[in-house]
Amino acid sequence: MAGSTPVSLSADPPAREALVAKAANRIQFSPGREAWRRFRRHKLAMAGAVVLLAMIGAVLLGPLVWKVPINEIDFSSHLEGPSWAHPLGTDDLGQDILARLLYGGRISLAVGFCAMLVAALIGVTVGAIAGMSRGGVDAMLMWLADLFLSLPQLPLLLLIIYLFRDALTKVLGVEGGIFLMIVLVIGGLRWMQVARLVRAQILSIREKEFIEAARALGASKMRQVVRHILPNALGPVIVAGTIDVAAAIIAESTLSFLGLGFPPDIPTWGRVLFDAKDTIDVAPHWAIFAGAAIFLAVLSINFIGDGLRDAFDPRRVL
Amino acid sequence: MAEMLQETLLDIKDLKTWFKTDDGLVRAVDGVDISLKRGETLGIVGESGCGKTVTARSVLKLIDMPPGRFEGGQILWQGRDLIPLDTAEMDKIRAREIAIVFQEPMTSLNPVYTVGDQIAEVLRQHQNLSRKEAIGAAAEMLKAVHIPNAEKRVHDYPHQFSGGMRQRVMIAMALSCKPKLLIADEPTTALDVTIQAQILELMQEMKERLGMSIMLITHAMGVVAETCQRVVVMYAGKVVEEAPVESLFGDPRHPYTQGLIRSIPRVDRAAEARQRLEAIPGTVPSLLEPPPGCRFASRCKYVTEICTKAMPPLKEVAPGHRVRCVL
Repeated sequence: MAGSTPVSLSADPPAREALVAKAANRIQFSPGREAWRRFRRHKLAMAGAVVLLAMIGAVLLGPLVWKVPINEIDFSSHLEGPSWAHPLGTDDLGQDILARLLYGGRISLAVGFCAMLVAALIGVTVGAIAGMSRGGVDAMLMWLADLFLSLPQLPLLLLIIYLFRDALTKVLGVEGGIFLMIVLVIGGLRWMQVARLVRAQILSIREKEFIEAARALGASKMRQVVRHILPNALGPVIVAGTIDVAAAIIAESTLSFLGLGFPPDIPTWGRVLFDAKDTIDVAPHWAIFAGAAIFLAVLSINFIGDGLRDAFDPRRVL
Repeated sequence: MAEMLQETLLDIKDLKTWFKTDDGLVRAVDGVDISLKRGETLGIVGESGCGKTVTARSVLKLIDMPPGRFEGGQILWQGRDLIPLDTAEMDKIRAREIAIVFQEPMTSLNPVYTVGDQIAEVLRQHQNLSRKEAIGAAAEMLKAVHIPNAEKRVHDYPHQFSGGMRQRVMIAMALSCKPKLLIADEPTTALDVTIQAQILELMQEMKERLGMSIMLITHAMGVVAETCQRVVVMYAGKVVEEAPVESLFGDPRHPYTQGLIRSIPRVDRAAEARQRLEAIPGTVPSLLEPPPGCRFASRCKYVTEICTKAMPPLKEVAPGHRVRCVL
C-alpha cells in the first residue's frame, strides 16, 4: 500500500472524486441529528420533553380553548373542588383555577427560560474570559462573582425594582416592563454559579493536549475557546442551566408574593400558589394544582437537561 | 553563498529559552544552534529534560510566556526571524508552513468532534473551503495516511480509534495544509514497537510525497539510525554533538554520545556474554544556575581539570561533524 498513492494526492482523479463524494454525502448524518438520535434513547428525558411540550402547548393554546375569564369573581362558587364547570376548582374569589394556571403558565415558563438564558449568557462569557486570562482579570472577575454571591439578594431586588419599575413600565407597558425587569434581575443575580463552573472547566480543559495541538495548528485564542474548549465544557453548563430555569420560576413566585413582581391580577404560578397557602386546610386542591404545575415543569426540565448532556457527549455510548 | 541560504529552511541561532520559577531561572535551552535544510530529516536526541521539546516548541512559539522567556537568539524561518512575530502572524505560519505532532496521540484529539471535523477545521482555518469540500479533503488525508475505510472513518470520534490510528490522524491533521516542516515530538514513544515502525515509515513516505523536512525529536537511538540523515545530540540545554548519522554512529566523539550508543540494548551481544546493559551513571544536572564548564563533567569518565573550568566550544572535527568536548 505504501507509495501507491501519488505525490500530489490527486493523480488519480476519478478515484479521488469518488472518495470525496462518498465522504461528503454522509454529512447528512449531521451532529444535530446524531444528538437527537441519542437524546431519544434517554427515556426519562424523552418523557420530560413530552410533558414539557404538552405544558407549553397547553399554556399557548389552552386559553383559546378554555375561554373562562381569569378575573371573573363569583362568590357563590368560592373554594369549590374540581367539578365539570371548574375542572381544577375555584379560588377564594370564585375564579376558575384552570384558566388562571393556563394564563399564568405563559409568564412563568417564559420568565424561567429567559432568565436562564440571561444567566447562562453572562455566566459563560464571564467564566470564559476569567478562565482564559491569567492573573489580574481572572481575579477581578472572580471577586465580582463573589461580591454578587455575598449580596443580600432580596434588599437588592427591592432597590432595583423601586428604582426602575416606573421608568420601564412607561416605556414597555405594565406586563412588558415588569417581564423584562424580572428576567434581567433574576438572570443578573444567578450567573455566578455558571461563571464559576465555566471557569473551572476551562482551567482544566485548556491544559489538555488537544488544545495545544489546536494552538500548534494555528487556532486563534477565540477559536480555541469557542470551537474547542466550550463544547467540552457544555455538559455541566446545560445541567446548571436547567436548574436555573427551575430556580427562576421559583424566584419569580417569590417576587410576585412580595408584591414586587407582576401585579396580583396577573396570575403567575407562584402567585397562585402563594395566594392558596392561607386556605390550604380547607381547599388543598388550590395549592396542589398550582404546586403540581411548577413541580412538573421543573422536573421535566431537569430530566431534559440530563438527556441533553448525555446526547452531546459523544464518549458516552448510547 | 546565495544557494546555501536558499537551501536552509530553518536556522536556529544561539536560542535561549529560559523559565522563571520560584527557585530561580531554569535555563532549559541555553544557546542552541540548529539548522535544517529543505528535504532533510534531522534527529534531535538526548535524555529527558535536556531541552529537546522546549527547542521544538520554541520554534512554533508554543512556550507559555510567562513563565517562559526568549532570552536571546534568533529563529530564522526561510530567513525571517520568528521571535518578534505576534500570535496572529504565528497562526499563519503554524500548520501552513510548520506543523507539529505530539507525543500523546490518546489525548491530542478533541473528544467531542469527529476526526473529519477536526481535520476539516484546520483546513478551513487556513484555506477557503466549504464544509463539504473540507470533509472530502479530510477523508482524502485519512486515506493518504492509510486509514482503511477512510470515507467512513472520517465520521468517527477519536475514542473509536486505537493509539496508532490516532497518531495517523494527528499526522494527517498536521500535514493537511502541506507544511514545509514537520516537527515530530517523540511521535512514537507512546506506541508499541510494531506500530512505531509503521508510523515512522508513514512519516518517511509523507515526507517524500510532500517534499517536506522533518525534525524528529526522540530519545530512541534506534529510531534515529533508521530515519535521520543528520543528528543533533543535546545535553542539559546545549548541543554537544552534531553529525551526519553514519559518522555519529560510526565515530561518536562526545563521551555522552558514546554512552548513549552503548546503552542501546542489543540482543546479539547480551545473549553471548551475559553482559549487563551499560548505563550512564548519574542524572542530568539541575539547569538552575549551572556551574561553569562542561555540563557533562560530573558524569564523564574522561573528566579532566579543564572540563570544570570553562564550557568547551563546539568545534568541527570532520566535515559536518561538530563536538563540544576538549578531547
